Parts: sequence; structure tokens; C-alpha cells
Amino acid sequence: MAAAILGGYALTALATMALAMNLPMSRAEASMAATLLSFPIYTCAMIWVFATRTAKRAWLGIGASAVVLMALIGLQRLVAA
Amino acid sequence: MKEGFRQSMAWLHTWSGLVVGWILFAVFVTGTLSYFRPEISQWMRPELRDMQPHPQAAASAIAALQQRAPDSPRWFIRLPDAREPIVRVTWRDPNATGPRRFQNAVLDPATGAEVKARDTRGGDFFYRFHFELSMKPIWGRWVVGCCAMFMLIAIVTGVITHKKIFKDFFTFRPKKGQRSWLDAHNVVGVLALPYHVMITYSGLVTLMFMYMPWGVQANYGQNRAAFFDQALGVSAETPLANRPGALTNIEPLLLTAQRHWDGANPSLITVHNPADANSRIEMRRDNSDRLAHSSQSVVFAGTTGELLAAAGEPMPATRTRDVVYGLHMANFSSSPLRWLFALSGLAGILMIASGLVLWSVKRAPERVKLGRVPFGQRLVEVLNIGVIAGLPITIAVFFHANRLLPIGLAERPTWEVRAFFAAWLLSFVVPLIRPAKAAWKAQFLAAATLFGALPVVNALTTDAHLGVTLASRNWVYAGFDLTCLGIAALLGLIAWHASRTSATQRKPARNKAETPANLPAEAERA
Repeated sequence: MAAAILGGYALTALATMALAMNLPMSRAEASMAATLLSFPIYTCAMIWVFATRTAKRAWLGIGASAVVLMALIGLQRLVAA
Repeated sequence: MKEGFRQSMAWLHTWSGLVVGWILFAVFVTGTLSYFRPEISQWMRPELRDMQPHPQAAASAIAALQQRAPDSPRWFIRLPDAREPIVRVTWRDPNATGPRRFQNAVLDPATGAEVKARDTRGGDFFYRFHFELSMKPIWGRWVVGCCAMFMLIAIVTGVITHKKIFKDFFTFRPKKGQRSWLDAHNVVGVLALPYHVMITYSGLVTLMFMYMPWGVQANYGQNRAAFFDQALGVSAETPLANRPGALTNIEPLLLTAQRHWDGANPSLITVHNPADANSRIEMRRDNSDRLAHSSQSVVFAGTTGELLAAAGEPMPATRTRDVVYGLHMANFSSSPLRWLFALSGLAGILMIASGLVLWSVKRAPERVKLGRVPFGQRLVEVLNIGVIAGLPITIAVFFHANRLLPIGLAERPTWEVRAFFAAWLLSFVVPLIRPAKAAWKAQFLAAATLFGALPVVNALTTDAHLGVTLASRNWVYAGFDLTCLGIAALLGLIAWHASRTSATQRKPARNKAETPANLPAEAERA
């Protein structure tokens, strides 16, 4: 449950940030589009967590995706700086 | 979580549904009522019965505010429309702080004279409750948001769980106990499925920058105001000139605004620093003619009437958000469409209620086997009765309080709300001291009686009753009374049914006998 709710939210937050920074639109538009997409993303994340067989796998999946997303965000920050 | 994908979805559907079901029930009921927020507000102020919109409304409101609040830093003027034909003005009191710093008045559109109507929160009470639950706004919004997120997941998992979604759409087997509850839950759920998905998602979108601030955070950091300025065209504060100035005539400005919006009317006028030389008149577009709910506005210099800024049509993603937002608010719709929305809302209410009842009914055999009611099941039962059969009572009591409390009572709006919650508290006491079946019946019967009595009490206490309003074709007031009678009939029917059908619930043996042969595997999900 914790993996789904909190982990899912954290993952969604990261995905929203990554999208907001990388979507090919103006800053305002990208933020808007990413935020609109965040709820479907959260839903998918929750369903995926519950569909996996063990809690360990769920955390592993969330952790791996989070690392990828953080790398994306970090890369964007570097490029922007 | 060891079984297949479908089973784990069924588990998720059952438990995410149960945990948030009661709050969602209240959210759906008050949300459906909020489709009629202006009409409810009108009915709760019977003194406004004969008000009509008037072309001079803006000018007379400004004249009235210049009399009443010349040194206020901000005036808000809500212009009349067909659904709420009154002018509502709010102004900031420069000498007060806290909740008292905003003053309100209702004005006659034709003359600008204050209309002495009873003080009430009207339809706004349900509207706020819908997303704040009468809690501290920040807490209420988070609670409702979490529940909405659960609902979105419950809907998606409900569809996944549901193998025969199309076939079950046409399937209803009444008087079969648990099977019937599941059928009913499926029918109302699937029938209005597009609506359920839309209303849940769009509900999250209305407060999305609070629930999911990270997309804005990523691009703007702490400077959130810059985002709202860019995306939504929300205007910033203007500095004072500290010289006195007189406001220009508003009439030509209204026409300019209309030209900018393809003829749409302004709905809200905000005047910043009305007595200063650097005053601003901001007009916001009325959205009743289109899907999108955007805060498109034009800004004029207050003294010269010069057009300073006009927000153009928003960009695609912003416009998408505006349309999703607008779909939730449903301000665009004509009367028949609004009723269709309300009926879909009713389907949602029934879906949640039948889902909650199904949880209990499904566990009836266990109760019989144990020979007692486990605490958890008893808790669900009491909460079910108190919320599902209690909320209709409390809403009717709220309306009765509006008519029956003394007009001059201090803090009258607060007393109406207190009556609402007192009635709700009582609705939880009844199922505690009475057996479930009797409590269901008694509560629904009480709700039906209270709703049925509303038009009568209205006739006894005001001049805005059916005898007058039907004759003058005043559909806001007449419609309210007639709807109350309709709701009373519906609740009466449910009460009558509750007293009969719970008998089948009490005979789980019969259901059990049917189980192996008739119940397909997916019934397990409940």
C-alpha cells in the first residue's frame, strides 16, 4: 500500500517534473500539459504496483523508474545551466 | 496479491472503494446539488423572487459602491444573468482585518438599491462542502483530492475487473439479493462511465496545481506567480498614484469587452483602487456560452477607460485545462443538458451507495455463520446508514432551517449549517440503537417526509410558493419546490423498497443455494 500511494506519488511528481522540463512547448504550456498528464500517470503507477507479484518488485520498479527520471531532470538542469 | 492480475484489481477496487466511499458519497451528493448552485441560492432568499437582469446593472452597482465604500481598495461586482438575476457586490473594508474585511451586499439590478434578503450561505454551502467538507480549506481539499484519486483508480480497476462490461450493461436481475446489488452497481457504473471518468479527472484538474505542484515547480521554482501570469493571464497588482481620481462611465467599457469576446458578456467586474487616479477596471468573461472555463479578462484604466490589457485566446494545453475545468463546473450547459449532468451525478451517487451496500450484503453469510455481527461489519453498516440514508435528511433540514429560523437571528447562516450537522449526528445515532433494516427504513422515510414538507413549509412562511411561482412561470422557485416533491417521491420509493428487500438479505441461505450455479466468477470481486 505504501509503495503504491507514496512511491506512486513520488514517481508521478518526478515524471511531471521531467515532462514539464522536456516537452517541446513554452515553459508555461509544458508545465500545464505535464500537470494535466500527472493524474493518468499516477493511476497507471498505482495499478502497476498492485499488479506486480511482490512488494519488493514494486519498490524495485518504482526505484528504477525514479532514478531514470531523476537523471533526465538532472541532465536538463545541466543543459540549462 | 498472489493471484492473477484481475484478482488483485478486484481487491484494489473493493478496498479503495470502501475506504473512501462515504466521503465520495457526500462529495457526489453535494456536487450534484452544486449544478444548481445559483438556483438554490435564489430559493434560499425568497425575498429576491421578482428580480430581473437589467442593462444598467453595472452602472447602478458602481454608483451604489461609490456611496457605500468610496475608500475601499477593491470592489467586486458580479453582474446578473438569467440564472441569478441579482447583482452581488463584495468590497474590501480598509479598516477591518480577518474574515470581516470583505463585506457583501445584494443589489437590485435596476436601481442599485440594496435588497434586504435573509442572510444565508445558500447554494455556496454545498459548493464549498463539495471540495472542502466544511473542514479547514487546505485539509478538506487534500482529503477530497485523495478520495478523488482513489475513485479514479476504483473506476479504472472496476473496468479491468469487469470481463463482460457490455453484456452486463443490459443485465439486471432484481430481487436476487447480492446478485441484484452487483447488477445495480454495474448498471449505474457502466451506464454513466464516461461521466464518472470525466467528472473524477476534471475534479482533480480543478485543484491540480495544489495536488501536483511539481510541474510548475520544475520550470518556475518559487516564482509560481509568473506561471499563473503567463498561462492563465491573472493580472498583477497595480501601484497607487496616491492622487484622487474619478471613475469613467462603465457603459462603453462593457461594449469594448463584448467586442473582444465575440459578443459574450462580462460576468465579474473588479475595480482596483476605485478612488485613486491609477484605478483599474478589470472585466472577466462570462463562460456560460462555451465549454472552456477560463479567466479571460480585459483591463481598463479606471479614469480614462483606456484598454490596457486583453488576454487573447489561451494556448493549446491551457485551453485543454480550461475545457476540462469547464466540463466539471458545467456552467455552459442549457437546462436540459444540466439535468442530464445531474442525472449522471445521481447515477454516481447510486453507484457509490450500491457499492457500499454490496460490501455489507456480500458478508451477510459470514454474519449468519458467526451468529453475531463482527465489529468491522457493524461499523460499515452504521456508517452506511448514517451517510447514505442520513445525508438526504440533513439536506432537507438545512432547507427547513432556512425557512423556519427567525429572520433576525444573529449568525443565521451559521445556525443553518449547525442544523445540518446536528441532523447528521442524529442520523448516526438511529442506526446505533435500532436494527439495520428498521434504521434504513426510518431514515429514508424521514428524508422523504422532510423533502415532501418543504414546499408546504415554503408556502406557509414565504410568498415564493408554488401557488405564486407556477402562475408567474418563475421556474427557479417553482422548479425547486417541484424537484423537492420529486426527491420526496424517490426517497419514499426507496424507503418502501428497503422495508421489503432487506428481507432477502436476511435470507442468505437462498443466495447461497444459487451461488454455485448462477454466480459467475467475477461476482467474487465484491
